[in-house]
Amino acid sequence: MAMQEATYRDALRMALSDAMSFDDSVIVMGEEVGRYGGAYGVTKDLIAEFGPERVIDTPISEAAIVGTAVGAAMTGLRPVAELMYVDFIGMTMDQLANQAAKIRYMFGGQIGVPMVLRTQGGTGRSAGAQHSQSLEAFVMHTPGLRLAMPATVDDAYHLLRQAMTQPDPVVFIEHKSLYTMKAPLNPNAEPVGWGQANVLREGDDLVMVTYSRQVHYALAAAQTLQTDHDISAAVVDLRTLNPLDFETIRPLVENAGKAMVISEAVLTCGVAAELAARITEECFDFLEDPVVRVAGEDIPISVSPLLENNSVPTPELIIETAKKMFV
Amino acid sequence: MKNSTLPELYEEMRRVRTFEERVGELFVRGQSAGSMLHLSIGEESAAVGVCASMRDGDTFTTHHRGHGIFLARGADPNRMMAEIAGKQNGYCQGKGGSMHIADMGLGHLGANAIVGGGIPAVVGAGLSARHTQSGAVSVAFFGDGATGQGILYESMNMAALWNLPVMFVCINNQYGMGTRIDQATANPNLHERAEAFGLAARTADGLDVEEVVDAAGVLLDGARSGKPAFLAIDCYRFYGHARKDKSPYRTDSEEEEGRKKDPLIHARGKLMASGLMSEADINALDARVAVEMDASIDFAVAGQEPQMASMFRDVYDAAQPEPEPVRTRIDRVLAQG
Repeated sequence: MAMQEATYRDALRMALSDAMSFDDSVIVMGEEVGRYGGAYGVTKDLIAEFGPERVIDTPISEAAIVGTAVGAAMTGLRPVAELMYVDFIGMTMDQLANQAAKIRYMFGGQIGVPMVLRTQGGTGRSAGAQHSQSLEAFVMHTPGLRLAMPATVDDAYHLLRQAMTQPDPVVFIEHKSLYTMKAPLNPNAEPVGWGQANVLREGDDLVMVTYSRQVHYALAAAQTLQTDHDISAAVVDLRTLNPLDFETIRPLVENAGKAMVISEAVLTCGVAAELAARITEECFDFLEDPVVRVAGEDIPISVSPLLENNSVPTPELIIETAKKMFV
Repeated sequence: MKNSTLPELYEEMRRVRTFEERVGELFVRGQSAGSMLHLSIGEESAAVGVCASMRDGDTFTTHHRGHGIFLARGADPNRMMAEIAGKQNGYCQGKGGSMHIADMGLGHLGANAIVGGGIPAVVGAGLSARHTQSGAVSVAFFGDGATGQGILYESMNMAALWNLPVMFVCINNQYGMGTRIDQATANPNLHERAEAFGLAARTADGLDVEEVVDAAGVLLDGARSGKPAFLAIDCYRFYGHARKDKSPYRTDSEEEEGRKKDPLIHARGKLMASGLMSEADINALDARVAVEMDASIDFAVAGQEPQMASMFRDVYDAAQPEPEPVRTRIDRVLAQG
């Protein structure tokens, strides 16, 4: 397959379809993944291609969906379970945090749980307080779970393919506002390695460390900062939060001396807090300014687009913050 | 089918009881890892009666009171006791203990310390069995306390909907910790719930292990051919919830009455009445089992502590980097200045 234009959604579907063709043990299960084609259309037509025994529509039972995936993964399958919204993760937390994450360790390394839990989060669709959250910190706070958050069409494909070959459980959080984003995709290209961050823009004055949709906001902000304010900002797309690739971040921060962490999740005890702490600890001698967290407000998400859009970082907030760092 | 004759069933039940007694002893000697030890004394017929009809290749999960089930599926009492003592030569290298014991070789997908936590895994194992047409059944063992958890109903519904080779076994020892079943539900006829989901469901009297064997055998055969099943087994938890619990929430007279429901005494009576074994034969068997289980304590006590280096191992697959220890990290960070 050559280079083709694809949406983030198409890329995810291609990854599932290609993995299922390649490996008979891959199954997809979840609410509305079969006949409906997925709440956001990611699994559209997979049931026609692979049948209802491998593309399994489940009842609305999030805990048992994850628990079933755990048991299937322990007995030879490679389940890809879909959690329709990451906001529902609370329903699954025992199966995810007490079972999937701990089985290898508790059982002395006898067995792993090679499953993927695909879900999506974030703002941008007026979906309200219970369908718009960014709950990646719940996952990152649980040793044993891997965490991937693709920002690009390329990663929608390649990172999901990589997730489906991992020996440990992977939570794979897509962003609901990226599904229609289009870009060229080459499924046969050599992807960036699993667990490696991607430096999407070089810069000497400031390092922006981010992931998921905020990667695009950071890139837009960095462009404006360069053009209008002569500030050269690097942008790092982390891609996976566990494993966390600090070694890509370190030399950039040591060079620039200023770092900003950008995350859509609420500020307190969020992923941004962990990243800021790490950069501060690891690069202390090189920092000219405190590491700034540009994160979601510590409030629920509103349905009103005006309130919703201002509850999370915007390119404008990133630009404004960067300018303050150079006053 | 193994352990299907009454002498064999009795011997297996005796092994379970004596093992549990030795677990209690290990605790009293201060050589168990902690006191979170949940004994299945009084419930032996459930473990032995169901496992008698399981086959090689079948998988299962258990609750926190699962020693007897694992023994009845063929576990080595030495490695079990070592695990309960937190030793390197235990089933999980001392990381799991009594409540997280597992062995993939024997199909044990894990004991669980979350009430109901191990139940949905058997639905997944059922999907695998169907996918590979292995002919295996997966059995979830849990207590009556788990009937208060939603995950049981989600799992029963899926198993029934997809006609999976799965069986749910509820060992009803009348107590969820200190709360009696009639204080936890308005309808203690637990199998009726499973019937409502479309499962083949029965209740067996745990006093008589042969009754459990018969009920479990029929239901397991059905499950193997795609008719998922539920079996409740009525019994009585002879002792407290865990080792330190003296059961202040129930009366002596209730306990005295409850302990009359002893599947071992019942089986002894049947063995002697039928002439299958004499009292002397039975006593000799009991003594032989006692020697085997005494040895498990010696094995556990003699076992090595885990290596400190193993602490960071097996959080992730062995080919992946291990998490960095906090002390190493602190030293590295402070070395900058």
